[in-house]
Amino acid sequence: MSNSKNNSDAVTIIKPAGGWELLDFKELVEYRDLFLFMMWRDIKVLYAQTVLGFGWAILQPLIQILIFTIIFGKIAKIPTDGIPYFLFTTVAIIPWAYMASAMTQSSQSLITGQNMLGKIYFPRLIFPITPILTNLVGFVISLIIIVATLVFYRIPPTGNMWLLPIFLIYMMCVPAAIGLWLSSLAIRFRDVKFVILFGIRMLMYTAPIVYSASTIPEAYRFIYALNPVVGVIEGYRACLLGTEIPWEYIVPGMASTLILLVSGAFYFRKMERIVVDVI
Amino acid sequence: MNNSEIAIKVRNIGKRYRLGLEEESNDTITKTIVNLVKTPVKNFKKYRSLYQFDSLNPEDDIDSPDILWALKDVSFDIKRGEVVGIIGTNGAGKSTLLKILSRITTPTKGRIEIRGRVSSLLEVGTGFHQELTGRENVYLNGTILGMKKKEVDKNFDEIIDFSGVEKFLDTPVKRYSSGMRVRLAFAVAAYLEPEILVVDEVLAVGDASFQRKCLNKMQDVGKGGRTVLFVSHSMPSINRLCERVILLDGGNILQDGPAHDVVSAYLGAGYDSSAAREWTDPNTAPGGEFVRLRAVRAKGEDGKTAEAVDITKPVAIEMEYEVLKPGHVLMPHFHIFNDEGVRIFVALDQDPEWRGKARPKGRYTSAGWIPGNLLSEGTLFASAAMLTLEPDVTQFIERDAISFHVVDNGAEESARGSYARDLRGVIRPLLKWETKLIE
Repeated sequence: MSNSKNNSDAVTIIKPAGGWELLDFKELVEYRDLFLFMMWRDIKVLYAQTVLGFGWAILQPLIQILIFTIIFGKIAKIPTDGIPYFLFTTVAIIPWAYMASAMTQSSQSLITGQNMLGKIYFPRLIFPITPILTNLVGFVISLIIIVATLVFYRIPPTGNMWLLPIFLIYMMCVPAAIGLWLSSLAIRFRDVKFVILFGIRMLMYTAPIVYSASTIPEAYRFIYALNPVVGVIEGYRACLLGTEIPWEYIVPGMASTLILLVSGAFYFRKMERIVVDVI
Repeated sequence: MNNSEIAIKVRNIGKRYRLGLEEESNDTITKTIVNLVKTPVKNFKKYRSLYQFDSLNPEDDIDSPDILWALKDVSFDIKRGEVVGIIGTNGAGKSTLLKILSRITTPTKGRIEIRGRVSSLLEVGTGFHQELTGRENVYLNGTILGMKKKEVDKNFDEIIDFSGVEKFLDTPVKRYSSGMRVRLAFAVAAYLEPEILVVDEVLAVGDASFQRKCLNKMQDVGKGGRTVLFVSHSMPSINRLCERVILLDGGNILQDGPAHDVVSAYLGAGYDSSAAREWTDPNTAPGGEFVRLRAVRAKGEDGKTAEAVDITKPVAIEMEYEVLKPGHVLMPHFHIFNDEGVRIFVALDQDPEWRGKARPKGRYTSAGWIPGNLLSEGTLFASAAMLTLEPDVTQFIERDAISFHVVDNGAEESARGSYARDLRGVIRPLLKWETKLIE
């Protein structure tokens, strides 16, 4: 090992858990190989022994889009500010599907990995963070649907495109924040697995995925926008379809995400030290 | 002692757990309904309290039925390059200590300083995934154990060679036999190159020859100047691998010293084996209407029950039995097995006093003396059996009735002499040797 000389002088201090501490990102970097292999394991295992393999990353959201288009677009005829319903819902469902899947897996990550937690030390943060990154694979593949849809409806690349990376990061922060909180709560309260089930449904229906945010009365818009998912969806829609960026829907969600993320990181750090004893 | 020579410094470590208390049961409908409302509040308090305690002093919690101090106040130093064994009965705190040292859990009080790169091995094959191939699992498991990908790359061929599963490298592990899985898992672990290695009883897996291979490999690790902490129930391997042994009891250190002393004291105290067994109720004792077994024991030269016997000293296996109906010729005998299940020999009672004679009613003992310098080191099991002759009818066979340990303290002249490594063989007789310079 190249840096063994440094390591032999390294002193590890083990002392009682206590107080609030910052996440140790330096340690995470040290364990980057493990992090990479864990991500790669999850990706590989997800599609192991399936006929369609990565095809599912396209088929799953596509079926959802079709169902929503038929039910909400054709039957319920929900207004979409003049945008074709298929196009309207496609640009929302793809990021939503990513967030829903990532936050479900992240919330359960410590519970599903409890065997490993009890047998070996590694930065526990790897568990809730892994799904945030692995789900990006499916997300990137399903972008094909978005591109194909944009081409079909002849929507040219818009001037808002340069903001897309910001919304990509924002989109990853939402399940990370929720995952940090719920995964550390779940080690003591298994109720989390029920909460996440209807919580996801609630987040979805309180976000402009099947309907347009413009139908929300002016007075409630701020409270509405505190749901972090609202800002992500509105951001994607504006970037991809070229409508004006509705900052009033985006900024409150970004703020609440940031608060959740930072507090979640502290709470996770506090709980990760005792996870093995109480899980 | 120079500070830099100490690899592990443990000071006043204590660890407290909260145990689950018995749940109330609902025996009436009203109570069930009331509890349905009350339960969420109660549960919330309970699950929150899983990690909330008031005092840091073990003595204060003596009256709390749901609090357990797995470790109370443990302090020791381990020098760089030392190979230290940790022994103790179940619940003595061995695993808790290892879990704290490997940072899986945090202590409730105290402080530990570790100098150097630590790897801990509480289980082989942690993180193995059924759907992944052998090759993929080697990398995954290696990085989980703390290796860098580069290190796995470097040792990959040797790991595969050691495991002996080359042919199945690209087969998912779910199609492996459990033996193959263990071999692969252990092979990865064997190539860990930490400065400090913390190992739990992981050798209890795999077949005997593979276990031996692993023990030898681990011995090489010790010889390579690494600091090793080793928990085991196998006294022969503790004796062979460690210079120093720490004996834990009830969360405290009971003894800390040279391996042979501590192991003998531990075995002698009768913690871990059962060198004597009695059947007090004559109706349930092994046997039938003619004869019943009442006790089996291993005795030393002093006539006392011997949990641990020096390899150079004789040991007697004795059975006590009651003849209920007179007029039968009896043949008491023992089967001696080693811890791998090999039947080392069968010993039939040959005392001329009773050979071929019908026995009157009464209580008897029959003891067979095994000479010193015959048995090999390790745990031995004796099955006690009784035949009545003409016709041959088995009256009882009590399998593994007792067990005792044969230890080589190195004090007397044994077949081992000054050779310190693993000595194979089911017996270890001290031969008469003649070596001559003939030319």
